[in-house]
Amino acid sequence: MTSTVDSAEPVLEVRDLRKHFPIRSRGLIRRVIGAVKAVDGVSFSLGRGEVLGLVGESGCGKSTTGRAILHLQPATSGSVKFAGRELTKLNRAQMRPLRRQIQIVFQDPYASLSPRLPVFDIVAEPLIVHKLASGQALRTRVDELLSMVGLNPEHANRYPHEFSGGQRQRIGIARALALEPQVLVLDEPVSALDVSIQAGVINLLEDLRDRLGLSYLFIAHDLSVVRHIADRVAVMYLGKIVELASKDELFERPTHPYTQALLSAIPLPDPDRERQRQRILLHGDLPSPANPPSGCRFRTRCPKFANQLKPDEQDRCRSEEPALEVRGNHQSACHYAETLQII
Amino acid sequence: MQSIAQPTVEPDRPAGEPLLEVTDLEVKFPTEDGVVHAVRGVSYALYPGQTLGIVGESGSGKSVTSLAVMGLLPKSARVSGSVRFRGRELLGIRDRPMSAVRGKGIAMIFQDPMTSLNPVYRVGFQIVETLRRHDKGLSAKAAMARAVNLLNLVGIPNAEQRVNSFPHEFSGGMRQRVVIAIAMANQPDVIIADEPTTALDVTVQAQVLEVLKTAQAETGAATVLITHDLGVVAGMADRVLVMYAGRPVEVGAVDDIYYSPRMPYTLGLLGSLPRLDARERQRLTPIPGSPPSLLNLPPGCPFGPRCPLHIAECDAAEPSLSEVDTGHLAACIRSGDLSRAEVAAEDVFEATAVDDVAQADLLAGLADAVPDEPELMEELLAEAPGDQPAPAGETTEPVEPAGRADTAGEGK
Repeated sequence: MTSTVDSAEPVLEVRDLRKHFPIRSRGLIRRVIGAVKAVDGVSFSLGRGEVLGLVGESGCGKSTTGRAILHLQPATSGSVKFAGRELTKLNRAQMRPLRRQIQIVFQDPYASLSPRLPVFDIVAEPLIVHKLASGQALRTRVDELLSMVGLNPEHANRYPHEFSGGQRQRIGIARALALEPQVLVLDEPVSALDVSIQAGVINLLEDLRDRLGLSYLFIAHDLSVVRHIADRVAVMYLGKIVELASKDELFERPTHPYTQALLSAIPLPDPDRERQRQRILLHGDLPSPANPPSGCRFRTRCPKFANQLKPDEQDRCRSEEPALEVRGNHQSACHYAETLQII
Repeated sequence: MQSIAQPTVEPDRPAGEPLLEVTDLEVKFPTEDGVVHAVRGVSYALYPGQTLGIVGESGSGKSVTSLAVMGLLPKSARVSGSVRFRGRELLGIRDRPMSAVRGKGIAMIFQDPMTSLNPVYRVGFQIVETLRRHDKGLSAKAAMARAVNLLNLVGIPNAEQRVNSFPHEFSGGMRQRVVIAIAMANQPDVIIADEPTTALDVTVQAQVLEVLKTAQAETGAATVLITHDLGVVAGMADRVLVMYAGRPVEVGAVDDIYYSPRMPYTLGLLGSLPRLDARERQRLTPIPGSPPSLLNLPPGCPFGPRCPLHIAECDAAEPSLSEVDTGHLAACIRSGDLSRAEVAAEDVFEATAVDDVAQADLLAGLADAVPDEPELMEELLAEAPGDQPAPAGETTEPVEPAGRADTAGEGK
């Protein structure tokens, strides 16, 4: 990576993306009485051939971000630009040709493939919808896609239930690659798989990136996987990005207290190091995204806020929301960002 | 931190006697397609104060083993072998005496706290129920006080009020704390925790594991920790049992398992794990293929078809679990080769992206089609035999060079 914070040649640019889900009152009128702010002002860019990891715990809005980018759930406000073209204002028909360029792979390989279609039809469907191939050309292309993801093309007439979880995820990847997209949104692509199977799919994703020059938005909760595959990493908390940095910067020198707590919570498969580690334990639960805390959203659980800051410094956390700003080599959304080595 | 009053004086237990002893446990489920042999001979002994980690992938039989110990399997299951708790046989006893053991002698923590708590009763009621079931003399008031005490102990804020909440009013992590409170309520001798943190986020997982350690310290219980997460086991367990296809394939002290595994499967599991603490990107080494069906296993080592060290003798008979070092057992006829060579996973397993072993040829063709630094590929191919550790070099069936060509073409 040349630049640590922003990529040189962005294919995808997301600016101040918001997705609010209305909360309605009960009864006949169902007035809107509030909103769950699932994504509340997220900005990042994705460079050509780059893997950006988007990590966070459940409910932080990482999957909603991915879906809003693809227009699967229209964004409330903000801008998503693909190759300089604004996506959020497009209607379905206008969006369709652009779907060739941005594809998604879902988490659950058991739910994302139609159980009633043989694998050939599943992988061929995007090609037929976009009228890209038919007849023998279609057959050749599907065979090619299946071998590309490490499946035997002879199995194309089988149904999804005849495949294991890892193989199904490969079918999902083949389907996403059918249209030769430039960007893949990978929404927890390996978290439903056993470790021994997961490794093969991760290797496959790395190979495809290198071979086809793809860009990935890699959404995951497993930071070990993200450290392995990503170039840059964005950490989300309660609908916002709290830290964004190149992979090594983020893992070696995290500056946001949430990133630090997250990294320290992950158990290492190394008994010696596990015995020596000190954990930063967070207290309390994730606040409701319908009613986030004032000022810094993390302050209710922040160990730094509770233990290290003086009362006047705490006031600033309560009243002023920290912006995601360049602090050192990181973008960090903490007034008192400070490097702390965790791993 | 308050401590719980010890309800009864524990009889002296000799340190050398195992609390829980499982011997040759087998579980079969008759299904329409035939008999599924889910557990095929599990033996372990759990000593006071010890934590035994049971690891394995889905379908390896680790959960069924613990359900069999607790007598919680459906009636259709055919269980054989022996489960002894404090020297007393538990298999085959009636439900009433078994109920006296459950919760009091052996307590269990399940994976999903939403389904293991009853949604229509307040959590306080559910804790009190457990307490009074095993201590008939306990008054309702005293039991409720204990319940509050327990909730405090597992770190639930405002326990006095929260004791009257329903499970749905708690978050996932808080619910799991309630489940742990119920498990430790009767000062059990053994706690079996079946994937206690799998449904939780990492920061919550860290909290719940701390609570579990508190529970161990408070009750002095020995623990069986069942998980697929090798990180969790590394931090919690004293001994580790690795399961594959319904059988233990390696048992040993936690350091032995992680630093000198003697079974290729364990080595493969460790090699396929992306590391949070890896400074450079290392290519992962997946285990090719998928676990065998437990419906009708072929003779020989069940890991054989996926094993890079596989030789003809592996198919002759299933290797038994035998001692390879003091207190370290492995079920592999080639475990000696693994120890001599001090191998790492990447020496044995291919860093491939292909799932199916039979696919190697096909992909080799594909790699050829992509002219991707042919000189690098040749270099790697020439180097490859030297890269192999001694045991892999000796195999009669080395991993197909085709697979290697593929890797070389793609590897960076």
